[in-house]
Amino acid sequence: MSDHHAGEPLVSIKSVSRRFGDVQALEQVSLEIRQGEFFALLGPSGCGKTTLLRILAGFEHPDSGSVTLDGNDLLAVPPHRRPVNLMFQSYALFPHMSVEKNIAYGLERDRVPKREIRERVDAVLATVGLTGLARRRPHQLSGGQRQRVALARAIVKRPRLLLLDEPLSALDKKVRAEMQLELKRLQHEVGITFVVVTHDQEEAMSLADRIAVMSEGRVRQVDAPVPLYERPADLFVADFIGANNLVTGVVTTEGLRVPDVGLLPCPAAPDAVGATATLAVRPERVRLGADGVLVGVVRDVTFFGGTTRVAVDVTGLDRPLLATVAGAAAVGVGDKTRVDWSGSDAVLLDRT
Amino acid sequence: MSSTLAPQRAARADVGPRGRRAARRGRLAGRLATLGPGLGYLVVFMLVPLALVLSYTLFHRGRFGGIVYEASADNFTRVADGLYLGVVWTSVKLAGLTTLLALLLGYPTAYLIARLPRRWRTVALVLVVLPFWTNFLIRTYAWIILLNSEGVINRTLTGVGVIDRPLELLYTPGAVVGGLLYAYLPLMVLPLYSAIERLDPQLREASANLGARPARTFWSVTLPLTLPGVLTGCVFVFVPSLGNFVIPELLGGGRTVMVGNLIRDQFLKARDWPFGSTLALIVIALLVLLLMAQAWAARRLSGGNRA
Repeated sequence: MSDHHAGEPLVSIKSVSRRFGDVQALEQVSLEIRQGEFFALLGPSGCGKTTLLRILAGFEHPDSGSVTLDGNDLLAVPPHRRPVNLMFQSYALFPHMSVEKNIAYGLERDRVPKREIRERVDAVLATVGLTGLARRRPHQLSGGQRQRVALARAIVKRPRLLLLDEPLSALDKKVRAEMQLELKRLQHEVGITFVVVTHDQEEAMSLADRIAVMSEGRVRQVDAPVPLYERPADLFVADFIGANNLVTGVVTTEGLRVPDVGLLPCPAAPDAVGATATLAVRPERVRLGADGVLVGVVRDVTFFGGTTRVAVDVTGLDRPLLATVAGAAAVGVGDKTRVDWSGSDAVLLDRT
Repeated sequence: MSSTLAPQRAARADVGPRGRRAARRGRLAGRLATLGPGLGYLVVFMLVPLALVLSYTLFHRGRFGGIVYEASADNFTRVADGLYLGVVWTSVKLAGLTTLLALLLGYPTAYLIARLPRRWRTVALVLVVLPFWTNFLIRTYAWIILLNSEGVINRTLTGVGVIDRPLELLYTPGAVVGGLLYAYLPLMVLPLYSAIERLDPQLREASANLGARPARTFWSVTLPLTLPGVLTGCVFVFVPSLGNFVIPELLGGGRTVMVGNLIRDQFLKARDWPFGSTLALIVIALLVLLLMAQAWAARRLSGGNRA
């Protein structure tokens, strides 16, 4: 890792907009991606993340805005001259070339000497654990192996920026977890800045140093995984990242007043008193037991092994409250229970 | 699904081996009923005439044009004569040149059509096959009007003053190739279009992303992956070009004789069916070899394309 660079912006995206017919794919998107970090663009399908990725690769051009890499205008550089490599979601391996030919392709374009190509291809094959498969054709490989070839082909040129389009989506669950660890290890090892595009929040959370959550062409929040989870900036992020209990009411000095329900614990917000706001509290922050302001009836208990998810119907709320407890639950379906959380564990959003 | 299948399976088990055999016979009958008409047509109108042609090669012409059924290899020694082999060779050269030109013209055309917005592609493809809706002879005659010494091209050129005397365009090998090219170009464009259109556009993007200029991407990715289409197109153009006798007759004016003319003359003018059959056999053998080579190459090429 090139630590002396860490923190400096490598890519700077300023007010980028792109429109396809009636669809505003990107609207005034501004982002900074730092040297050496693992950055994720996260959002539901159609949020514009893939368009942004294609702009970085040079396959799309924004209608307005600027993109710089190392301070130089990236948009003026044609795709084949950008120090940016992309790992395609479909892998896009050349079916008529062997694994080693696929990986050597980019180096041959740069007129790297034959001997060096051999050495670098061998080295990268070892890095991704495919030594011995060099002469296979793509159709003779498993999905996981193809993915590794695609990755090797993208990193062998040592790009300034590596883009990964939904890198794990085509893999089954077990290979996925394995590749997830491997991608992280690799990113540390090669020290290349990674930008991953994904709709899978767990993938983004587990891989990235920082995540930009996107929706409808806009960036909603850019943050590290933990603050993103604990302090969502708006309702969309709160709802999209993880599970959340969302309750709307009026802010008072003692808590959030919800008609027909009562006063719910919420963080002190002196400046917001009297305003309408939505309270978000994570299921794992919700306590079930003998204390608490809310009374409800257990509707459903789902055991996940390490944790149990309990859904509690509370009169006056249209959605059941979710609570995650460690181990097995002490309550059963139909039991009466009190529900509680501490005000500082909740977040107030979208105050009006 | 399983609930609907289970009773059926149970019912079949009750029928026993004899019932099962009857069922199999029923299925065979069904298959014959669907395949039968087409198969019968092929046997009666293709295999039988082909067998006749093959058998004629062993006999020779009677004095009044009939067939004398005395087996000999005379026809084959006669074919080995330089004159006839020369005509076959000329035909292969002209058909080969036509195919090459069709490829050079057809590939860019197919490529551009494949890159058009979806609704314009259909329009372009219809335009490509549009000439087929006019009678083949009429279209070929139109070429005579174009190439004639008093034709459109010559008159325009003399009119503009580029040339003093009309160029000799008609009744040349060039006119024959031009006519064949015009007639069979769509047969090159269509398979090429389908091969290029099927190619994953992300492969081109991947090539660019790895540092390849557009020309490099074409030679290293697009062309190799569309080679099966290239082969199909070449066979589609070469085969009918080789056997064509109308275009050499009309545009070659009898000066450029192709093997098709030779065969036609043996059957209709010289009334030497056995020798005509022998020439036809040679063309068929050439084409079978070509098709086998194409099938072999296509299988080899597509072996790696299933990724």
